[in-house]
Amino acid sequence: MTAHVYELSHLQALEAEAIHITREVAAEFERPVLLFSGGKDSVVMLHLAAKAFWPARIPFPVMHVDTGHNFPEVLEFRDRTVERLGVRLVVASVEDSIAQGRVRERPDGVRNPLQTVTLLDAISAGGYDAVFGGARRDEEKARAKERVFSFRDEFGQWDPKNQRPELWSLYNGRHHRGEHIRVFPLSNWTELDIWQYLAAENIELPSIYFAHQREVFRRDNMWLAVSPFTSPREGEEVATLTVRYRTVGDVPVTGAVESTAASYDEVIAETAATRLTERGATRADDRLSEAAMEDRKREVYF
Amino acid sequence: MELLRFATAGSVDDGKSTLIGRLLYDTKSIFEDQLESIERTSRDRGDEQTNLALLTDGLRAEREQGITIDVAYRYFATPKRKFIIADTPGHIQYTRNMVTGASTANLALILVDARNGLVEQSRRHAFIASLLRVPHLVLCVNKMDLVDYDESVFERIKAEFRQFATKLDITDLTFVPVSALHGDNIVHRSANMPWYDGTSLLHHLEEVHIASDRNLIDARFPVQYVIRPQAQTNHDLHDYRGYAGTVAGGVLKAGDEVVVLPSGLTTRIDGIDTADGPVSEAFAPMSVTVRLTDDVDVSRGDMICRVHNQPRVTQDLDAMVCWLSDQPLHVRGMYAVKHTTRSVRAQVRDLTYRIDVNSLHRDEAATSLGLNDIGRVSLRTTQPLFVDEYRRNRTTGSFLLIDESTGATVGAGMLL
Repeated sequence: MTAHVYELSHLQALEAEAIHITREVAAEFERPVLLFSGGKDSVVMLHLAAKAFWPARIPFPVMHVDTGHNFPEVLEFRDRTVERLGVRLVVASVEDSIAQGRVRERPDGVRNPLQTVTLLDAISAGGYDAVFGGARRDEEKARAKERVFSFRDEFGQWDPKNQRPELWSLYNGRHHRGEHIRVFPLSNWTELDIWQYLAAENIELPSIYFAHQREVFRRDNMWLAVSPFTSPREGEEVATLTVRYRTVGDVPVTGAVESTAASYDEVIAETAATRLTERGATRADDRLSEAAMEDRKREVYF
Repeated sequence: MELLRFATAGSVDDGKSTLIGRLLYDTKSIFEDQLESIERTSRDRGDEQTNLALLTDGLRAEREQGITIDVAYRYFATPKRKFIIADTPGHIQYTRNMVTGASTANLALILVDARNGLVEQSRRHAFIASLLRVPHLVLCVNKMDLVDYDESVFERIKAEFRQFATKLDITDLTFVPVSALHGDNIVHRSANMPWYDGTSLLHHLEEVHIASDRNLIDARFPVQYVIRPQAQTNHDLHDYRGYAGTVAGGVLKAGDEVVVLPSGLTTRIDGIDTADGPVSEAFAPMSVTVRLTDDVDVSRGDMICRVHNQPRVTQDLDAMVCWLSDQPLHVRGMYAVKHTTRSVRAQVRDLTYRIDVNSLHRDEAATSLGLNDIGRVSLRTTQPLFVDEYRRNRTTGSFLLIDESTGATVGAGMLL
């Protein structure tokens, strides 16, 4: 920040806004929790939370909704990060939900859709009244109308037609017992902003975000990893390719993209030139229908 | 790279979604899969051309009804600026959405259909932009292709709007004739309108000067959160006490003599911290942590400002209020008030008048405000607030009214 030129860059302005939102939540809610998957958006969100309260520690725990289908690199990164920041980690396990009979394993083995129940159970068990999520409005059309403070009823439902107007930088977090607010401090960030910020702040990410060699096979126009949770069916050939991930999710539905980008600068150059949205390129579950995301959001997925 | 937030407003069929689609498309902010998806939908619906409006019509109900019903935020960037669009619906019943979108906008873009000229909604949108004190206004006369790119049509609408604008408080007004469908004057100057000597819409958005719109004079720092590290880990931090917040106006400097409201105690700024290290000064909208020289009692909701430049400390609010709820405003009713980082309660003492947003006529006989109504309201708060006129500071001059039983945001106030 140059003295006497009273201007912020777009990244500084986005950072200031996100820090403002994070502090509002800490000040106004009794039990906030931050969803941390190890994905790049949640990494940025956690980094911003650390900056918001510096030199004090982050005054709320982080939660990982664990599908059991994780990239090992991501789990290792998760544990190391919470350790470094001295925050408490709450793991909400989809496998536990299955074991308890709260949800049933799907025939296709995909667990992303099951996360919803696990998440809501964990929110209710922890008595959390504010839940930070790393969703961005540029990700998908239905998210473009999401508020920064997004009210959820006692069933965790989002009502897109009845959202609270959100004006200036005044966020209304009022709720009754059993209801909660989802908070999206990165609402106004784009994928490119995230990458530029990660680079500018030199923030560490799980290694799978950068180019590496991996055994993959082609399904639904995506490269899926060969893993304990996913193996090729007949006719699906395995290839060893140089790939990276643009999002981190449940292994069976998260596709890799062919890429040689091994550093932030290379990823930024690639992101700036990319012609596919990150969800279109790498998430099988969002491509089912035009309204796929909207339906899942109503069903309390983020 | 600077950030510019703008709100778009138009009445139904003015081509607003097409204009935004065009801006995204021509700045290459649309991805292949998005384009394929809308090409497919356009084909299925039997549209002649790819309907760029589909890019922005997100929610299912909107696609079914073919209208935009909620504020949607869009993002694009050029090498010069990053843009956040608050895309607001046009129907009268969605005035509250335009108010929402305009509240954070640096610029408002109002669309009119060249064939229809100004309609009631155009006047309403201009009034809201001026009421919310959006510093820059652009009137886009769209569908110029359907009036044969006729200069006289554009000039007539321009003159009519200027006439209307004299009644408003608009500081910067620009007119651009465009065809969103064909891309005329959107990114590049159009060869179809050689008589137009202004710049393209995108060029204007890239160049409009916004740095001077902020208040850099009246230092205002609403305390948001008190930072006190637990000392077990680091004894150097044992006595650390910082006041975190977002600068709402002016410039704060280390060494400044300041007063803390409401206590009125004076002290100095010992230092201004960020996680990236100390800064010598902070200005809006930086999020920082202020340390004070003296050990004074400061908590959330307090305001730090300069000794010789203080906000008004008052329990009596006189404001223009836009009503956002189906449940009408009750004179004598109690509401929760959110102003900067301070939350109080207030009773509505009087509705001075309700304003007809189309004619600007003041109805002094009005007894209530319904959804989308705007009126002048006086309130009495349970505790003092530290306020500035909204025209002077959009942060310290604005507040929300909240229904205490439902928790819904029911009113948006701008202090007079």
